[in-house]
Amino acid sequence: MSAANRHSDEPAELALRVEALEALLREKGFLESAHVDAIVRRYEEEVGPLNGAKVVAHAWVDPAYKRRLLADGTAAIAELGFGGPQGEYLVALENTPTVHNVVVCTLCSCYPWPVLGLPPAWYKSPAYRSRIVREPRTVLRELGLELGAEVEVRVWDSSSEVRYLVLPERPPGTEPLSEEELRSLVTRDAMIGVAKVRAPRTGSHG
Amino acid sequence: MMGGLVPGPTQAEGSSVNGIHDMGGMHGFGPVEVEKGEPVFHARWEARVFGMSLLAALRLGGTLDERRHGLERLDPVTYLRNGYYGRWLARLEEDLQERGVLRPGELAARLEGRTIRADSPPSLPVPAREAKHPFLRPIDRAPAFAVGDRVRTRNHQPPGHTRLASYTRTRRGVVARVYPACVFPDTNAHGAGEQPQYVYAVRFEGRELWGESAEPRSCVYFDCFESYLAPDEKT
Repeated sequence: MSAANRHSDEPAELALRVEALEALLREKGFLESAHVDAIVRRYEEEVGPLNGAKVVAHAWVDPAYKRRLLADGTAAIAELGFGGPQGEYLVALENTPTVHNVVVCTLCSCYPWPVLGLPPAWYKSPAYRSRIVREPRTVLRELGLELGAEVEVRVWDSSSEVRYLVLPERPPGTEPLSEEELRSLVTRDAMIGVAKVRAPRTGSHG
Repeated sequence: MMGGLVPGPTQAEGSSVNGIHDMGGMHGFGPVEVEKGEPVFHARWEARVFGMSLLAALRLGGTLDERRHGLERLDPVTYLRNGYYGRWLARLEEDLQERGVLRPGELAARLEGRTIRADSPPSLPVPAREAKHPFLRPIDRAPAFAVGDRVRTRNHQPPGHTRLASYTRTRRGVVARVYPACVFPDTNAHGAGEQPQYVYAVRFEGRELWGESAEPRSCVYFDCFESYLAPDEKT
């Protein structure tokens, strides 16, 4: 695409451009819009952080599964039916009271799609990509997570095809909760490593 | 900031090292802004670009490394201005033109309500059947490094695509994990073959990367292809 081909900087023009591109590709028999629809629907409705929350909650209640998850993340998520693009070699990283893991991709925006869905805008932003490796404690504090001096911060930069999923700590006071209830506590941000999982107010003693 | 999303020019082949995409450790991008209740796609065009890009990747049969390199070749201003899916769109148009699916000027003509008369039917590649793993390639030699080995990254600045970030070049670290052999992006992005090699998660202490400005008790684990690494002689 040469600079001379640029038309306008307006988002409305951009929407028209994409529409025209799809129409051309459809007329050429290169793709069918129904297939585009199916992919979009899949990533809007099926592939998302609820998948990762199932993995985490299951690891919390089943110690044998947790061992398998930490030993071979790809096989362990496949047990729950998850896998596919951007999750073909998955590694789970366990957070503990003294080790906090957080994930980034400084070179592009690699992210474990099958368990977390597509990445949020902040994960793809130059600010996050540039800063989290240099000043992780500061960035985490800005995002609302204050880590104690005794905690080691490990930033995992996804520079190969390995994809990382953080296994957050199970919050105290959640022993009575069922696996389904635990799932609902696990957030996307906790599985990227920019937050902790919080116990529900009603179940908390703190 | 929504302006300027239309694809801009790309740089000449082979100019992506030290590019704008290599942003680990850069200053000046401000706070990380989090959007509450963010949708998967912010506009319908983003969703269409995402879906079309996945389909095009299947139809065109190129490698993920080539597609990443395509993004890295966007000029720095376009790269930052266009945002994530804007970059995907620029790359998609570029790929389609390179492979002859779109003729030069065809999309522009369409937008002006004109049609470019086709002299010959567009060349549509036959989709490749993907039977093998996308990147794991077993090799018949042992890994050169083991967990606990002290290593140093090379001053690796190839003319094209690489996955060794600038902030991790010539740094000392310790091998934390040994991964199976994988397709080597530096060659695979340029049609020079898969040349698989082992990958290592290497732990770099914050002080080693950022000097006096490093935060306490912080480190980076960075995945390094074997040829990025040399043994660290100094102990």
